[in-house]
Amino acid sequence: MTAKIKPGQGAAYARILGVGGYRPTRVVPNEEILQHIDSSDEWIRSRSGIATRHWANEDETVAEMSVAAAGKAIANAGIDAAEVGGVIIATVSHFKQTPAIATEIAHRIGAGKPAAFDISAGCAGFTYGLTLAKGMITEGSARYVVVIGVERLSDLTDLEDRATAFLFGDGAGAVVVGPSDEPAIGPTVWGSEGDKADIITQTVSWEAYRERGAATDVRFPAITQEGQAVFRWAVYEMAKVAQQALDAAGVTADQLDAFIPHQANMRIIDSMIKALGLPEHVAVARDIATAGNTSSASIPLAMEQLLASGQAKSGDTALVIGFGAGLVYAASVVTLP
Amino acid sequence: MAANTKEEILTGLAEIVNEIAGIPTEDVELDKSFTDDLDVDSLSMVEVVVAAEERFSVKIPDDDVKNLKTVGDAVSYILEHQED
Repeated sequence: MTAKIKPGQGAAYARILGVGGYRPTRVVPNEEILQHIDSSDEWIRSRSGIATRHWANEDETVAEMSVAAAGKAIANAGIDAAEVGGVIIATVSHFKQTPAIATEIAHRIGAGKPAAFDISAGCAGFTYGLTLAKGMITEGSARYVVVIGVERLSDLTDLEDRATAFLFGDGAGAVVVGPSDEPAIGPTVWGSEGDKADIITQTVSWEAYRERGAATDVRFPAITQEGQAVFRWAVYEMAKVAQQALDAAGVTADQLDAFIPHQANMRIIDSMIKALGLPEHVAVARDIATAGNTSSASIPLAMEQLLASGQAKSGDTALVIGFGAGLVYAASVVTLP
Repeated sequence: MAANTKEEILTGLAEIVNEIAGIPTEDVELDKSFTDDLDVDSLSMVEVVVAAEERFSVKIPDDDVKNLKTVGDAVSYILEHQED
């Protein structure tokens, strides 16, 4: 006999209730990067829009930065940490694979015994996590979920690679997602293009590095990318994905208040705005100028900055899009916390 | 659509380079290097390529973009690869 399975009782809708970030204390200007590569401040700024970035010191671990960011997001959401039923950590730069760092972070923020796990989706990690959180809340397996994008990309940076040495930064950005009476996170348009797995990748695997690390032909497993190929994909293919996310949510570009793309490169952001035809009234996150590319942390960090600066306000409608190594991408329209 | 002549491609490419990089169209000559003479950097070059693909019905893969050093290289490439 087939037993009848009772479905979960979730919230009607989900929304982002609070956001918080942690930026490492050490600010690294372009001049410091130039000690290792033959380039110039002007070249770095014109190619990337980056003037400074934050690099973590040894005490600013993935866990420490995450706990700090999550604490701010929970306070901003005005909930009790004990009510958190899910903790999702998106990262590619936590070097201890097991156990998932999410469990330690969940414990340290005072979340009781929530579901806790790490995900790896490159620079789309945050938007992937946001999508999972929305599902958990509307399906009924958690009332509040903390999603954290956290990176120490300085640990994966080849200081002598002229094309990427200046690009990456460290930090953590967190949001609390919870129940809502109104739709406040639109449908996610997401996917992957594994045929382009090689255009953003680690130089070698850790396994190869371990076996042949002493050999001169094996470079440290730093992140490397094919700049032109990434630029073309990010601008033109991601503009299409962003438009699909707008269409799926039934929101026009005119109705947007803010655009918070992954902070990959200022030139990508500028060209995406053109390709999307965003009106001038839309506030655009340009946190990359002082944060660098922080991969999965960049969207929540930029969201916090846009709200703190007054360029956007709570209740505004924002388009978020994450895209990166995989290649992977995820975009949706959200109501800002 | 009839294929574009070499002259039409050069004129069209000059308009694209003008729009993207602000270079006067008359400066966009066959022997000019995109990076050295016209100050079109690698990322602007991608924008030029995408605009050219659309205008001339041609596909220019990333692997081929790096071989397009001069305006003449691009004109020849488009001339050979455009769809009739």
